[in-house]
Amino acid sequence: MSLDTETFTVGFEHRAVVVDNLTRTQIVQYAGVSGDYNPIHTDEIFATQVAGYPSVFAHGMLTMGMTGRMLTDLVGDGRLTKYGGRFTAQVWPGDTLEATATVTSIEEVDGAKLVDFQVVTRNQNDLIVFSGSATARLD
Amino acid sequence: MTAPVFPIEAGHIMMFARAIGDENPIYFDAEYGEKVGLGGVIAPPTYLQASAQYDPDYGLRPRQGQPWIGSGRTPTGLVRETGGSGESKGGGGLHAEQHFEFLRPIRPGDVLHSTRRLGETWEKQGRRGGALVFSESITEYRDESDELVAIARSIGVRTQQPVAN
Repeated sequence: MSLDTETFTVGFEHRAVVVDNLTRTQIVQYAGVSGDYNPIHTDEIFATQVAGYPSVFAHGMLTMGMTGRMLTDLVGDGRLTKYGGRFTAQVWPGDTLEATATVTSIEEVDGAKLVDFQVVTRNQNDLIVFSGSATARLD
Repeated sequence: MTAPVFPIEAGHIMMFARAIGDENPIYFDAEYGEKVGLGGVIAPPTYLQASAQYDPDYGLRPRQGQPWIGSGRTPTGLVRETGGSGESKGGGGLHAEQHFEFLRPIRPGDVLHSTRRLGETWEKQGRRGGALVFSESITEYRDESDELVAIARSIGVRTQQPVAN
């Protein structure tokens, strides 16, 4: 499902909670499916006693994947041409994340609209955990 | 570098979508995909990350008969360096940035092959002291007709101590 292309104007903003109370189990699910079995994400004993972190933490790509859902729910499936960003802080078990997409520019190319978004994901303390951008092709 | 072949499978896409908490039927229901004009199931945008499953040299997968960094009988299966408790703490690689460019949706049945090249390397001083070394790698994914499907640019950082907010 996507919004009408007329909905998008520069400054348009969309927000969605992409995870509420992130579980260690979901982090394990992501480890299993992505193939990234780094114990820093899944092994509390290793993460705390060997690596010196307060607990396990999520793969950056899990945050980016969950944030991607906010984008595809907004623009529709198969429409992203670019999506990227920086992992700016760790995401911990118990975190609740809200992702925001803001339209930064709209360009007409060959009868299609290319819509650029700024993408920011924050945790429950308003700390930015992922910061990036995306482009969607809408026709 | 290595050119692993990444066969795209419907079950893998379904499990990937579950792991990122996305219940959109486009990731498991081919009929739905037909109905909405996408011709079947497609993969979520960040799915290419799971190509690590098919990378024979991927370092973050346990291997039979080899010690594993994670806990078992002891907190880590690696032999500690002599005299060392503190100094190796938190040292290691973290994912700093990821950027994708998509030329078309990825679908079950695609068999992608990839080539990876190293990009730039640079160093920054961490906020809590200790050098942070960044390195970039660029992976191009092509289909069986050798058409470019996606480009992934990954930036990793090596830290000398735990980095936590």
